[in-house]
Formats: sequence, C-alpha cells, structure tokens
Amino acid sequence: MIHYLLRRMLYAVPILIGINLITFALFFMVNSPDDMARMQLGQKYIKQAEIEQWKRVHGYDEPLFYNAEQSGVDRLTQTLFFQKSLCLFIFDFGISDAGRDIGYDISHRMWPSLAIALPTFVLGLFLNIVFAMMISFFRATYLDLASVVFCIILMSISSLFFIIGGQYVFGKLLRLVPISGYEGGLQSIKFIILPVLVAVMAGLGAGARWYRTLFLEELHKDYVKTARAKGLSEVRVLFRHVLKNAMLPILTGVVVIIPSLFMGSLVLESFFGIPGLGNYIIEAIHQQDFAIVRAMVFLGSILYIVGLILTDLAYTWADPRIRVGAA
Amino acid sequence: MTLLGTDWCLLSVLSVSAILIVISVQKEHTRVSWKRLLAKPIAVSAGIVFLCFLAVGILDSIHLNWSYPENSGEVQIRNQTILEHILYPLGTVYEKTYSAPFALKAFNQEIIIKQGKLVQGYPALKYSSARFKNKQERNQFIEMTVLKAVGVAVLLTGLIILLLRLIFSLGVGRVREGTRQAQRFSILTVFLCVFVIIASYCLSRHLHILGTGKIGQDIFYYTIKSIRTGLVIGILTTLFMLPFALIFGVCAGYFGGLIDDVIQYLYTTLSSIPGVLLITASVLSMQTYIANHPLQFPTLAQSADARLMALCLILGVTSWTSLCRILRAEALKWREIDFVQAAKVLGSSSLTILCKHLLPNMIPIIIITLVLDFSFLVLAEAVLSYVGVGVSPLTISWGNMINGARLELARDPIIWWPMGAAFLLMFILVLTSNLLVDALRDAFEP
Repeated sequence: MIHYLLRRMLYAVPILIGINLITFALFFMVNSPDDMARMQLGQKYIKQAEIEQWKRVHGYDEPLFYNAEQSGVDRLTQTLFFQKSLCLFIFDFGISDAGRDIGYDISHRMWPSLAIALPTFVLGLFLNIVFAMMISFFRATYLDLASVVFCIILMSISSLFFIIGGQYVFGKLLRLVPISGYEGGLQSIKFIILPVLVAVMAGLGAGARWYRTLFLEELHKDYVKTARAKGLSEVRVLFRHVLKNAMLPILTGVVVIIPSLFMGSLVLESFFGIPGLGNYIIEAIHQQDFAIVRAMVFLGSILYIVGLILTDLAYTWADPRIRVGAA
Repeated sequence: MTLLGTDWCLLSVLSVSAILIVISVQKEHTRVSWKRLLAKPIAVSAGIVFLCFLAVGILDSIHLNWSYPENSGEVQIRNQTILEHILYPLGTVYEKTYSAPFALKAFNQEIIIKQGKLVQGYPALKYSSARFKNKQERNQFIEMTVLKAVGVAVLLTGLIILLLRLIFSLGVGRVREGTRQAQRFSILTVFLCVFVIIASYCLSRHLHILGTGKIGQDIFYYTIKSIRTGLVIGILTTLFMLPFALIFGVCAGYFGGLIDDVIQYLYTTLSSIPGVLLITASVLSMQTYIANHPLQFPTLAQSADARLMALCLILGVTSWTSLCRILRAEALKWREIDFVQAAKVLGSSSLTILCKHLLPNMIPIIIITLVLDFSFLVLAEAVLSYVGVGVSPLTISWGNMINGARLELARDPIIWWPMGAAFLLMFILVLTSNLLVDALRDAFEP
C-alpha cells in the first residue's frame, strides 16, 4: 500500500513539472514582464524607466532561465523560473502584484469556500442518487421518460439562470435570505443556504441522469435477477445490491471533485459575494494580478492529482477485489 | 463580399459537415441509423429547430455591401451581413433607454412637452410611434399580423411538405420512412418555426417586440445576433479540438508503447489544470497580446473577431483531453478486432488501417461527444463572459447580454426582458442540442 502511494506520488512529479512549465510559458513567455508592467501601469505614454522600476519592485527584473551575471548556484536561482515558478513546489506562493501575501490570503479564504462547497457536495450527491434511484425504480414507464426529459431540461438551463432566479425569488420577492454577503460563525448559515440550494439544483439534471445510466446498467446483471428470485423487494434490491455495486463508478466521478471543492465555484461565490477562493480568483482576474492566478492554477492542479490518488484508494475500500499495491 | 476569420471557419465547417452527411446517407449501413433517427419524433423536432438556428447563424456570417437611401437623398453603402440587412433598420435604431416589449412609450418618466406645456410623462418611442398613434391601433396591428402569420405559415408548411415529398419520391430514395408520429411532430415543428419567424419578423418592422435595453438597443435584434456567437463558439471550438483529440487519441491507442506514454502524459498534465483557470490564464495572456499589438488588428470588428477566434482556439486546446481519452480507449478496443488484425497481416500500412478501418468505426462516438460539447460550450460562453474572460465586450452575445443586465432585476418595477430573452434563446439552443445528442446516441449506438 505504502509502496503504491509512493509510486503514485512519484508519477505526480513529472506532471507537476509539466504544469509548472505550462503556466510559466503562459505568463512569462507569451507575455513578457514588460507587457505585464505596461498593463499594470496602464498609462498611455510609459517610459522604459517606469517599466524597469515596476519590474524591480515586483521582482520581475531577472532573466528567464539562466542568469549569466551571477556566479555559482545563483546563476540558476536568481532567475524568474526559479523564483516565481519553482517556489510553488514548496507552497511558497510569494507576494501578489498588489503586494499581499498570497499564502496568507489563501489560508483565510478557504474556509468560506469550504462552508459552501461541503454542504453542496453532500446534499447534491444525496439528492442525485435518490432521484436517480427513483427514476430507475419506475424505469420504462412514462414517469421515467418524464424524469429524463426533466433532467435534460434542467441540464439545458444556464447555471446563471438558477443563481439570478434564486436571488430574485428567495432574496428579493420572499425576503427569506440575504441576497449576498457573508459573515463568520453561526451567522453564516443564512448566507450559505441559498448558494448551496442553487448549486445543488444546477447540478441535479446532469448528475441524476448519469447515475440513472449507471443504475440501469447494473440492473441488467445476473445478481439482480438472483436477488429478485430470492424474493427481495425491489426497493431492497435497488438500495442494498445495486447501489453497492454501482459504488465504483460513482466514486470515480465523486472523489475527483472533493479537492476542487476547496477551490470553490468562481461564479457562485462572486454572485453571492462570498469571500472565498473562487471570488479571490475573479478579483485577481479583474485586477490582472497574474501572481495570484499563477498560484491558484498550481494549487488547483495539485488538488486534482491528490483527488486521483484518493480515487484509487477509495476503490480498494469500496471493492475488496481490487488490490492496489499488488501490480 | 468580405469574410472575417470566424465567418470563414464557420461556413467551411458547416459545408464540410453537410457534405459528410450527404455521403453518409448514401452508404447503406449509416442510412439505417439515419432512418432510426428520423423515426424519433423528439429528434426530428429538435433537428428542425437546430437547423433554424444554423440558418440564422449562416445568414449572419456572410457580409455583403448594401446600399440604403438616406433622408438627405444620398445613397449610403454599408457592409452588413445578410441577417443585418433583413432586419434593417433594427440594428441602427436606438431609443433613449429602456422600454417594455411592444411598448409605445418609454419605460422611464421624463419631462416632455405636451400641448405646449412641460409635464412629467412617458415620452413616445421613436421607432414604434412613427406608425401607431395609440394602443388600439397597435393591438389591431398585432392581431392582424398574428392571423396573417398563421395563414402564411400554414401555406408555407404545406408547400415545404409537398416539396420534400416530391424530392424524396423522385431522387435520392425514400429517406423519410419514419413513423406517423414522427411525421406529425415534424409538421407541427415546421409550422411553429415558420410561424414564429414570420410573426416576429413582421412585428419587429414597427415594434420593439422584446423591448429595448439600457442604451436603447433593440433586444430582439441583439438576441438574434447572439445566435451566431453561440454557434461560432460551439462549432469552431470543436473544429480546433478535433485534430488534437483525433490524432493523439487514435495514435496513442493504436501504436501503444512510448507514443502512448508521451500522449498520456500530455493529456494528464493538461487535464490536471482546472479548466476554468487554464482558460482564464490563456485568455488573459491573449488579451495582453491583442492590447499590445494594436497594429495587427486595425478595426474594432477585427480585434473583436480575433478575440472570438482566440477564445475558440483556447477552449479547443483546453478541452480536447476528454475526447482524446475516449478515442484512445476506442482505438485500444478496435485494434484487437479481427478485421484490423487481418488487414495488418495482409500488409496494409498503419495509415491505411487507421483511416479505413479504425476511423469510420469511431465516427458515431466522435459526433456524439462533439454535440455534447457543443451544448456545454454554449453555456460556458455565458459564464466566461461573466467572469470577464469571454468574448470581447463589443461582440453581441448572450453572455454579454446577461452580464450587462445583472443589475436590472434589482430595479422596481423590474426589467426582465433583456435577460429573459437571452436566457430563453440560449435555453432553446442548448435544449435542442441536448435532445439531439440523446437521439443520436440511441440511433448510432444501438
């Protein structure tokens, strides 16, 4: 087991290096630091000296890969690639272009994101599975057809519609919850409830339809016939046998999402004014703060890879036939 | 006739796919699938609506020079798309600010001159008050137009059906051997489409049928123009995505070994980066590039078009990984199958095997994935525009319309029409393509 984990982590290293190179290429080679400085200074007539000044202040005045002016190890370390990109590996996110410590910001902003994402995830998963179970229970009836059409209609509605509609109906017309904003502690519940509902609703169509296909696939298998022949009720067959066997594909889809929960949803957080990581990214985009975007890209990728490893571990838990370290 | 970059791509993609469809209809084994598709009532209806959207998109992609007589007697020449010409003067008429659908007067009170006195009131709209003096006249006009449109639509539907019957009984063979129900549905859909098109066109001649927006723009014109942007993003992205996914996926699956490892590494790396962030990062870089190289994009239209194109390219480059993974698995499956082995033993080159044996068998799954991606991309455009990394603010798109209308719901009485119209049309387009995917999946993968 430990061997397997170690091997997976070693696999992740080249991928992380690749990601690092891609982001570096995007932010430093496609756009030279000069362009960035011009964008940040934002005036029409900028002197080269001002650009140099901006670059010096923000630490962009080094060469890309190789610094010939230095000696020894410094030739490699006093470069943009080393300073801005490789430091991400030890979670040193550095200072944003606006002058704030990115690591500090992230550690503060992750909690509101989690407060929205976790309930969304749990409630969404539960509702998706229950709804899909219900559809599979009534399979090949008009109710099944109607539910599938309902799912497709839900899928076709833009998530923005759910957000704006939810804010309008629950926030403005019924005045049940505040339209946007956030507060710490127990007070946060009233701010969280609407975004969670909206997110669950927006995901219901695609989710339930996908789970329905999984369940229907399982329902054609022999063990279901056996269970029915034993005289088990259909509900028991569905929840006891089918659900357990469909666990593997469900896990595949689910575990990958868990780490990305941490990143929060860009649009949702921004609409509801929740000071989470998603909002952080949007603010960074609007202020053209490349340092933050770079850090978040890297963080997101690491979380994704962690999710993949977690999926494999979850497999062994859900299905004892799978032995990871053996191969 | 001038064509911008996206126009070229869109038209060529559509013509290539039309040719492919015609070829596939002539082959016996695919014709069976097409027949199965045409026997599904929902699929036929969705297909017809989708074709209407495509037609609007095509009309909006061909720029021609049109001349218009001006009030001063001079003739003005404008370079416009065919759609803009059909809807003229809608794109050039601007009211002061908001007005409700079918309204004769503005939405906001203003100080106006009434019988020589200054009073607080609702000023009349330039566009609709030119024809109607009061509400009765307008209602009469609406009733007459709707009745006329019903009549014309019945006639036109009959004509179209007759024409189709004639074509299919003369030439290509009977493709439309669908069930009764599918036929009834298709007739109904054709009738509805024709009716909506005719009625909205005739009404829009003298009224703002979906009202006007903040800067007094006609919402109907804007929503119709947005169709093209949605289609371009959905279709061109798949165009840019296809070569990567196809070449890499098939090669990885078929050749295996080192090639497989390298390609797998490539797509795992790319798909590890959260999609939105990668798109954002790329779009930011691209925006900086366009902003810093103004000489390459002399006109605003060109720079907006370049941005649209670049967005499609970025979306394509960031989203080919899922199709690639699917195609790799397919290639792995097909290369072990007897006829491929036989071809190998008989000495066919790898290229021949890939093109003649593997590719045709993968076409259904490619088409299904592409149409599925299409609906995803149309929805994604709205979200990206909201985040600020979507199409250029100058491009008319549903995302920009929704983004611009965000604060209007907070007003009292609310202004729902700009946002409602954008959501409605986007919903119809995505719904039809989702329904099409469902039917395609059933028809081509029995």
